[in-house]
Amino acid sequence: MSSTTHDAHHDHHDHAPPKGMTRWLFTTNHKDLGVLYMVFALIMFFVGGAMAMVIRAELFQPGLNLVDPHFFNQMTTMHALVMIFGAVMPAFTGLANWLIPVQIGAPDMALPRVNNWAFWLLPAGFVLLLLTLFMPGGGPAGGWTMYPPLVLQLGDAFPFLIFAVHVLGISSIMGSINIVATILNMRAPGMTLMKMPLFVWAWLITAFLIVAVMPVLAGAVTMLLTDQYFGTSFFSAAGGGDPVMFQHIFWFFGHPEVYILILPAFGIVSAIIPTFARKPLFGYSSMVYATASIAFLSFIVWGHHMFSVGMPLAGQLFFMYATMLVAVPTGVKIFNWMATMWQGSMTFETPMLFAIAFVILFTIGGLSGVMLALAPVDLQYHDTYFVVAHFHYVLVSGAIFSIMAGVYYWLPKWTGHMYDERLGKWHFWLSMVSVNVLFFPQHFLGLAGMPRRIPDYALQFAEFNMISSIGGFAFGLSQLIFLWVIIKCVRGGEKASDQVWEGAKGLEWTLPSPAPYHTFETPPVVK
Amino acid sequence: MSQAQGAYYVPHDSRWPVFGIPGMVLLAAGFSLYLNGGSWGMPLMVVGAIITLIMTVMWFRDVVNESVAGKYNTQVDASFRQGMAWFIFSEVMFFGAFFGALFYARVFSIPWLGGDDPATARYLWDSVALSWPTAGPGFLDLDYQAMGPLWLPTINTLILLTSGVTLTYAHHAMKENHRNKVIAGLAATVLLGFIFMCVQSYEYVHAYQDLNLRLDTGIYGSTFFMLTGFHGLHVTLGAVALLVMLIRVIKGHFTADDHFGFEAAAWYWHFVDVVWLGLFVFVYLI
Repeated sequence: MSSTTHDAHHDHHDHAPPKGMTRWLFTTNHKDLGVLYMVFALIMFFVGGAMAMVIRAELFQPGLNLVDPHFFNQMTTMHALVMIFGAVMPAFTGLANWLIPVQIGAPDMALPRVNNWAFWLLPAGFVLLLLTLFMPGGGPAGGWTMYPPLVLQLGDAFPFLIFAVHVLGISSIMGSINIVATILNMRAPGMTLMKMPLFVWAWLITAFLIVAVMPVLAGAVTMLLTDQYFGTSFFSAAGGGDPVMFQHIFWFFGHPEVYILILPAFGIVSAIIPTFARKPLFGYSSMVYATASIAFLSFIVWGHHMFSVGMPLAGQLFFMYATMLVAVPTGVKIFNWMATMWQGSMTFETPMLFAIAFVILFTIGGLSGVMLALAPVDLQYHDTYFVVAHFHYVLVSGAIFSIMAGVYYWLPKWTGHMYDERLGKWHFWLSMVSVNVLFFPQHFLGLAGMPRRIPDYALQFAEFNMISSIGGFAFGLSQLIFLWVIIKCVRGGEKASDQVWEGAKGLEWTLPSPAPYHTFETPPVVK
Repeated sequence: MSQAQGAYYVPHDSRWPVFGIPGMVLLAAGFSLYLNGGSWGMPLMVVGAIITLIMTVMWFRDVVNESVAGKYNTQVDASFRQGMAWFIFSEVMFFGAFFGALFYARVFSIPWLGGDDPATARYLWDSVALSWPTAGPGFLDLDYQAMGPLWLPTINTLILLTSGVTLTYAHHAMKENHRNKVIAGLAATVLLGFIFMCVQSYEYVHAYQDLNLRLDTGIYGSTFFMLTGFHGLHVTLGAVALLVMLIRVIKGHFTADDHFGFEAAAWYWHFVDVVWLGLFVFVYLI
């Protein structure tokens, strides 16, 4: 790297990034790392998306048509792992890296070296994970939840899966520790906690959840490893353990995890809607308390993933009612967004379109979640396509739509150019229509009894599966427009102003577009 | 504010994290190959471990050098405090998973397998009465003894509690600038940590040789060795950290009001101490 070292300035930073590959390898700059995270997430989005295309192609017609059932199972498992740990979480972390320092007026993240390490652990984890697809016995095929004893039947890939989860967990924990430290320690003078943008609040709470539950997942998969290779009996009834114990430990991680995948989305949408409604966010403090309440509740609802494995009645009732409680703070958020838009001077640029679609479609996913929370009826829905429809509504038209909204919203700040609004609208409308064609029929399939994670189905499910697959292919193709819009915007376009959006408020919009390599080295004063 | 005095220190580039990444991959892949019975596994794993170790040492060396050079202001110090505190919290949650497994087995799965749950009794093992400690219904004829609290674990409890006292003594001495007292207190703490590990190792040998208590002795052996084993690993790490701090004290790196490296290691040591108390109560005592 030394060739890029400039004459040493002791008193202030160099204002230009170093050149060449080493800039990206060794960088400690929050904007560089934010870009790396987001590019990585975009690549993984297409890798995971390609797996989804295999799934939908196989399910296009009844019968075993294209792929081996075992490969189909690998696709469902890996699609989930890649999208959760490779696409959505890194995309949110990338947004956090880029935005949190410029939203709170900090010169950089609190722990820049840790930041670099946390990012580069991601490719390391995915090398381990994706290589499993080429191993004897194939990749993980027992579902991303890794339930024993099924997961123990995995071939050579088994320890690679476990260690990949460990590495990805270390990455998330390190990234999150950094985010918490940044938010608590690096705010500009006057930026009190209750003045922070909601994206920052959402990430503070998300990072807390990650630090709290990722180690639990690490513990759970470590027990899988020792059960497999070192003779322990955690999940074996013969030795006094219980396979269901894994499910409890896993979902103690897993339920906070699904909120890790959605709370930053709430933050993004809470930034975008006020801008394009040209009104301040309705109920700021209630948004903060609602986010914190959702995070608290996430620790005491895990049992709703396991109603059908058997649980004492008191447990079923507790988990059912606790889960339904989540709808209260979530409802507060939905109504706050609606109240923000109420009588606003609304315009409908692409970020706003995605944000509004988020509010509507996430609500659909949330309401099907309340249905699933009901212990007696969950016995019917469990492991059917109704569940698949539910969590894809909250994760695709929820989390991923919010990421797209955020990318369109902040892309001019990152690149200095306006994106192509016409193409953005095409991307939105094609995605919006196709995502519903893709997932809405899956509700009907699930209610009619079609099980998930099976490559074939009974004939009566044929029409809806074909419709769903057509929606899937359309949704997949539409994302190529997204890729093209980003590339086009990076390469050039209409010059963006500092504020970019007429109604945009907040420190990041006081910076030039593109924002310089180092920002807020002198902290701004927040009144 | 853009003067060095007030500026937040951000290193321009950082080579060691990226240097360590291939080490992590080799460590994980090598261990995996080893577990799968591949002959390349162990050498790859050793290489990976060495690279990871180099990364750790060099990374900390950079940070220590920057700290000694006075590049860190109070805000950087506060970031380190946040970082260490949340790291310890994540470690607490990691142990939480294993304590959770212990409680689940003792409160739910053992009684259920022992006949409390009629379906389990009907379909798996009919009318076997189980009580803790147990190796499970599939290993009823296994001849082993449980590890009681007397005397090794009790001795270890006293050792760790004493080490907490000596460490606090060193910390107070640090604040009052009594360097020799710091060295004495810190050296005593490291020594106690070392003795703890010796007693723990002896206990493991005793368990395997005399009690026939092994990692594969059902759920009792699993929880016993995994909890005490991970704790022992953390004691080792904590003792190494304290040893490094001892060297840094001798080198004169710390002052009465600027010694976070020492405090971080001390926090870690107290965390390990508290985990042990949990172990002593729930693994050995009741």
